[in-house]
Formats: sequence, structure tokens, C-alpha cells
Amino acid sequence: MSAITHHIPDDMMAAYAAGTLPHPFAMVVAAHVSLCEDCRATLESYHAVGGALLEQTADIAVSSGLKSNLMALLDDPVHPEPVYEAKGIYPGPVMEALKGRQPRWRTLGMGVKQSILSETDGGSARLLYIPAGQAVPDHSHNGLELTLVLQGSFSDETGRFGVGDVEIGDEDLEHTPIADAGDACICLAATDAPLRFNAFMPRLLQPLFRI
Amino acid sequence: MPQQSPQMSQMTVWLVAVRDERDRDAFGSLFDYFAPRLKGFIMRSGTGAAQAEEIVQDVMLTVWRKATMFDPHRAQASAWIYQIARNRQIDIIRKENRPVPDELAQDPGSEPDASQILAFDQEAEQLKSALDQLQPDQKEMIEKAYMGDLTHQEISVQTGLPLGTVKSRIRLGLNRLRKELKGLR
Repeated sequence: MSAITHHIPDDMMAAYAAGTLPHPFAMVVAAHVSLCEDCRATLESYHAVGGALLEQTADIAVSSGLKSNLMALLDDPVHPEPVYEAKGIYPGPVMEALKGRQPRWRTLGMGVKQSILSETDGGSARLLYIPAGQAVPDHSHNGLELTLVLQGSFSDETGRFGVGDVEIGDEDLEHTPIADAGDACICLAATDAPLRFNAFMPRLLQPLFRI
Repeated sequence: MPQQSPQMSQMTVWLVAVRDERDRDAFGSLFDYFAPRLKGFIMRSGTGAAQAEEIVQDVMLTVWRKATMFDPHRAQASAWIYQIARNRQIDIIRKENRPVPDELAQDPGSEPDASQILAFDQEAEQLKSALDQLQPDQKEMIEKAYMGDLTHQEISVQTGLPLGTVKSRIRLGLNRLRKELKGLR
């Protein structure tokens, strides 16, 4: 695997550590950290800041029964929630969104496919499958879009993005990513607003395809 | 309670004893230290006392059950517990599963490296004193961002400061902290 060169920006990592990042972006950050030792170290340093603040927090006495109640719970049987581990090209946070199953691809045309992972008012997360040499249709963004490469690579006006790299697109970025030769490019893409496609399909159809 | 290296922070010693020996006294000590701080921490984000205590109980139970995941070579006890508290608070209050990175596989047979663990403890002490040396307004912004469960936008509304100022204060404060930390490596 080639080295990761496009990382999570510091302020976004700080927001993830503090728990203020919207869910779709948190999924991209967690997936990237699963693949990137540098960003794991950065995240741990933000946790260290959180830990230091926690130690310095003014304490508030807890109710007298809380400790004994808790001690009595320690031997209770544990019903662990399922833990989704990385599988193939998909890091754990993506496998969790897939509930351990393989993606259900829906065709968007021109060989491009998508699998929607989550969709809320706060934005959406989905997997994109782009055959080698194929362009992702020219689009610009409402708000912010994060794209994490999980397989293959793509290139656009701003550079080349390989496995583990994250591209950050904002309202000013108008770009045409093209999947490089080799394996099809599979990406995790998260937005906090619907995408505007310029040429790919009539805007009226966009709600039907949920893109 | 096992007596490990005398210089290792007491919290790390307790948490390792919980992890390796399921030591209830050590767990009780962790509770006495962290539960009131967690309650203060959680209530600062606007959660009422009763729900805050539910979350404290949930966090401490998670500490007991997930202690095998604690690796003192990578995290200080307070940082590890902070991260659990954040996850549980988001899961419970927002009712959404917070995405978390894959856990690193721990080398099962490896001996603990006391010097590395100690270095971590010292770093955490340095971090705390660096926090104390920040300008009051920088420290307040970082606290609010970390504890208040506020976005930069919300901080801006609450303090009446323009968003740009809030972001740059948080960045200045964090840059200063990072420099302090880099000096230690």
C-alpha cells in the first residue's frame, strides 16, 4: 500500500475527539484513523487533552448509593453489543454501518454504483464504486464533502488520492475525479448536504437517486 | 493492591490492576477519583444531575468491562476514560452509535515497557501544566469545545464572539499545547 498523503485536518480531528462532528463525518474520521497511524497518534493526543481537562474538572459529589449499586453490577452477565471488525477493504466503522454485510450496490449509470450507509437530516454517508478510467460526474458541493479511498485510486484537479487518502471538498471545489487505471475505485463519501450534479443527470431526478 | 513501579501514576496502576487482576479495590479507587469528575464534566454540557449519574454509572461499568482494551503504552488512564465517556455520552444522549476506529491488536505476550508508560505519565503532567499556562480566554474556549458539547458555531452564539475569533482562539490554544507536547518527544 502506498503511503497516505491526504489526512484529516487538525480542527476536524479535534471536533471528532470532542464529539461534535456530525455522524457521517465521524464515520469517515473513524475509518481513516483505522487505516492511518499518524492520525491515530493525533487523535490520541486530543484524547490526552480531554483526559487532562477531565482531571481538572470541578467535581460534583455523586449520590451515596451510586458506588454500591455499581459494585453490585460488576458480576452481572454481559450481553456485548456486536463488534464489527475490518473485513477486506472495509474498516470496522464501515462494516458497522453495513451491519456486517456486503454493500448493496445500486447502479447510477456509466458503471458507477453507490450503496447508501446512512441518511439523516445531518447528512449522508455512502460507498461509491467507480470503474477504472471512469469519471465521477462533474459536481460541486452544497456544504462539505469528505471522500475516503478504500480501494484503487482517483485523480482530480487537486491531486491523486490512493487508499487511505481523504479528499475534503467544500462549496468552492468544482472538480472531476477520475478513477485511475487498475482496480475499480471504491470510496466512502460523506456529505452534510445533497450534492449538486452539473451534467450527469437532470436535477429533477436527483431525489429519486438520493444523491 | 499490587505495588508496581512507584513512579507510575496511581491511576495507571489502578487501571492495570483492574485489567489484569479484576481488582475491585482498585476499581473502587478509580470510581472515587473519576465518578465526581465525570459527573461535573457531563453536567457541564447541560445534562441534569440524575441522567449524568446514569451516564457515570454506564461509563464506569464500561471501564470495568473493557479494561482489557486499555494499553498504557498508548494512552493515559484519564485519556482512555475521557474517550469512553465521550462515546457513551453521545450514544446515550443522541441515541446514535458513534463511529469509533478499529482497535489496535495488542501483542499478547509482550512485557509492559515501564519506561514508555512512565514517559506517557510525565507527558500528561506536562500537558496539565501547559493547560494551566494558557491565556484564560484560550483555556475557556478549549474547555467549552471539549466539555460543553458545543460546536464552534454554538460557542460563538453563547459567548457573543465572532466565529472566526472562536476558531482562532481554539486553534491558538491547541497549537500551543501541541508545541508543548512536541517538545517532549
